Amino acid sequence: MVNLTINGRVVRAEEGEMLLNVIKRQGINIPATCHHDAVEPYGACRLCTVEITKETWQGWKNYVTSCLYPVEEGLIVNTHSPEVVELRKTILDLLLARSPNARLIQEMAAEYGITHTSFEEIADGDDCILCGLCTRVCDALGFCAISSVNRGHGREIAPPLWEAPPDCVGCLACAQVCPTDFIEYTDKGTERTIWGKKFELLVCEQTGRPTITHEFAKYLSRNRDIPEEYFKLNDVSHRKELALTMGKITHWGREE
Amino acid sequence: MVIEPDGLFYTKVKPKDVSEIIEKTLEKDEIIDRLLYTDPVSCEKEKNYNKIPFYSRQKRIALRNLGKIRPNKIDDYIAGGGYQALARVLTEMSPEEVIKVISKSGLRGRGGGGFQAGRKWQTCRNIESDVHYVICNGDEGDPGAFMDRAIMEGDPHSVLEGIMIAAYAIGAREGYIYVREEYPLAIIHLQKAIDNCEDVGMLGDSILGTEFSFRIRIARGAGAFVCGESSALMKSVAGEVGEPRAKYIRSVVKGFYDKPTVLNNVETFANVPAIISNGADWFKKIGTSKSTGTKAFSLVGKVRNTGLIEVPMGITLREIIYDIGGGILDDRPFKAVQTGGPSGGCLPESKLDLPVDFDTLTEAGSMMGSGGMIVMDDKTCMVDVAKYFLSFLVKESCGKCVPCREGLYQLHALAVKISEGRATEGDLDKMEKLSEVIVRGSLCGLGKSGPNPFLSTVRYFRDEYLAHIRDKRCPAGVCRELIHYEINDKCTGCMACITACAYDAISGKKNELHVIYQDKCTKCGACVAVCNYEAIDVT
Repeated sequence: MVNLTINGRVVRAEEGEMLLNVIKRQGINIPATCHHDAVEPYGACRLCTVEITKETWQGWKNYVTSCLYPVEEGLIVNTHSPEVVELRKTILDLLLARSPNARLIQEMAAEYGITHTSFEEIADGDDCILCGLCTRVCDALGFCAISSVNRGHGREIAPPLWEAPPDCVGCLACAQVCPTDFIEYTDKGTERTIWGKKFELLVCEQTGRPTITHEFAKYLSRNRDIPEEYFKLNDVSHRKELALTMGKITHWGREE
Repeated sequence: MVIEPDGLFYTKVKPKDVSEIIEKTLEKDEIIDRLLYTDPVSCEKEKNYNKIPFYSRQKRIALRNLGKIRPNKIDDYIAGGGYQALARVLTEMSPEEVIKVISKSGLRGRGGGGFQAGRKWQTCRNIESDVHYVICNGDEGDPGAFMDRAIMEGDPHSVLEGIMIAAYAIGAREGYIYVREEYPLAIIHLQKAIDNCEDVGMLGDSILGTEFSFRIRIARGAGAFVCGESSALMKSVAGEVGEPRAKYIRSVVKGFYDKPTVLNNVETFANVPAIISNGADWFKKIGTSKSTGTKAFSLVGKVRNTGLIEVPMGITLREIIYDIGGGILDDRPFKAVQTGGPSGGCLPESKLDLPVDFDTLTEAGSMMGSGGMIVMDDKTCMVDVAKYFLSFLVKESCGKCVPCREGLYQLHALAVKISEGRATEGDLDKMEKLSEVIVRGSLCGLGKSGPNPFLSTVRYFRDEYLAHIRDKRCPAGVCRELIHYEINDKCTGCMACITACAYDAISGKKNELHVIYQDKCTKCGACVAVCNYEAIDVT
């Protein structure tokens, strides 16, 4: 265990734990757009930056992204020093110039007292804040169907060559993790469209409702050792079946 | 052309002169007067190249073999004492001893950071791991810099030898040279050098009959400036997108494929064999106490003698610009010198007597960087310079983190606003505040040093910014939106400008004063370029 001080309070944390987790556990609210527990920390939005120092540092301070900084013995953390607040304000201001209509950014900025950006709004700005969650989730699942393309201000998230991505299985993980709901998809009957690619959905044998795509089911049964029959039912029907079985077992147990 | 061993120096030699040189100079020891160098100031002819200020003030260590050997012949390199240092290291020295020599010499990384090379190697060696890597950074992305290119093209073996010595010291068996795709000749020469070494047993298994085995490969970069940053470079070598990662764990500890990695740049490695051969004390005597040795610069811009130079550390900027560089072109007043590449800074006349070393330049608000040095005269607008370098960085930012991607974009937009005369003084404050956030909040070195072009120019040339903002005037006559062209009474009516103007914005008859129509003028400057009578004022 490691002892550190956060905003004047001594806290204990596991060795190797990232600072952001510990801060959150203390009930301290600091914004972060590129952080998600499901994927490795990335350190791109810089909103979770905090001020750190140590008694041995002779007054020297450093500013680090807490999502990526492992806890250290004797660390003194300030999550809301004037410099840090100024930094967060400016970053939110900059994000607001790029994505003025993204609700997440509007809300975060409002918390720091910003309702309108003080910079020039970017002409071709959209709701994508380039947090990279979609590509990282896609990579983590093993598909790598989309990635960030281009450099600098022209950076965007796209499938290879802006064509329907061959490796996409239509699992919707990217759209679900997107904090600004920028990634669009449509589900019409048994047809799903995402990234310009069309998918046919499996239909649950019991409820007749569409479930997941053929490609995703095939991928899961192949790579996760799940029998193909499993995907003939949707989650609700699976739970019902499970409940019935459990009921039978309990019943059977009582009779004995 | 230099004829050794006397150092006889001929300039502007053409193929047709060669037979004459052989007949007269080589066979009869006669000197051909018309080919000798003439000093532009004293107009005297000089025979020996070592007496010419451009060369006499230099001290060549990293560039020692440049132009003296054929780069793709390993025999030439060996004949000049090459691979002696490696042989000595492998047969007589332990890895610890090698690191001791390098540490004692005080060699600091020539790529920009100026980190002690010996300390880096020691840290890497101390880390227990099955594999250690050594990588050479040849991704010289700064506009106007070509030191590493010259070394890789002109003396690839010295780089290889340096890498091999480093590999032996840290216990690496595999190494990479990362070269940008824009340097095709460097890639060819390096590959040739590697092939030659493999043929003669200088690379591969049990080199020179010792137990040391080492292989080296070239990784080609696709020309992203950010890939010169260590963590991005390592990702790029591994075949991933070249984006930096946060370095709370340093790459010496966890670098290429998460293994301990030593990354130094081309010039650093080129210095290593010379240090081993001549000893740490020899190297320490050159330069200053904290920045030992020499540094190569590419001296460009408005100076008489441009080109590649290597000078001892501690030399002043004035000596470089006026003695080696021969002063400003057309004897115009000096305005600023830009060092350290795009994320470096501009230093004014008052800083010309500063000694050139890592710490002094950083203190003055610029940096050593990899060694670009751009000299500017009074016709350069500092707002325009800041705008140019910012636009470079906006394009070259990888776009991963917000302060760098969005912050530099907005900083550039504000610089444009100033140069177009649309800004207020509040915008200047805003730029300074924004710069502070970018410096503090960015992920990697590119962002952290990104606002430097603005910060250093506003620090030393604030008046020029204010002239743009308050008076809507560009004192250097560069920013198009704020200047206009006018014909003065020096005009002889030669009609040259009328022909040159592509927009029919000048009218006038032969031998009569011409007039520029301001509404048609696009301020392209074509008329100024053709006028022989200084008859066009830019105000």
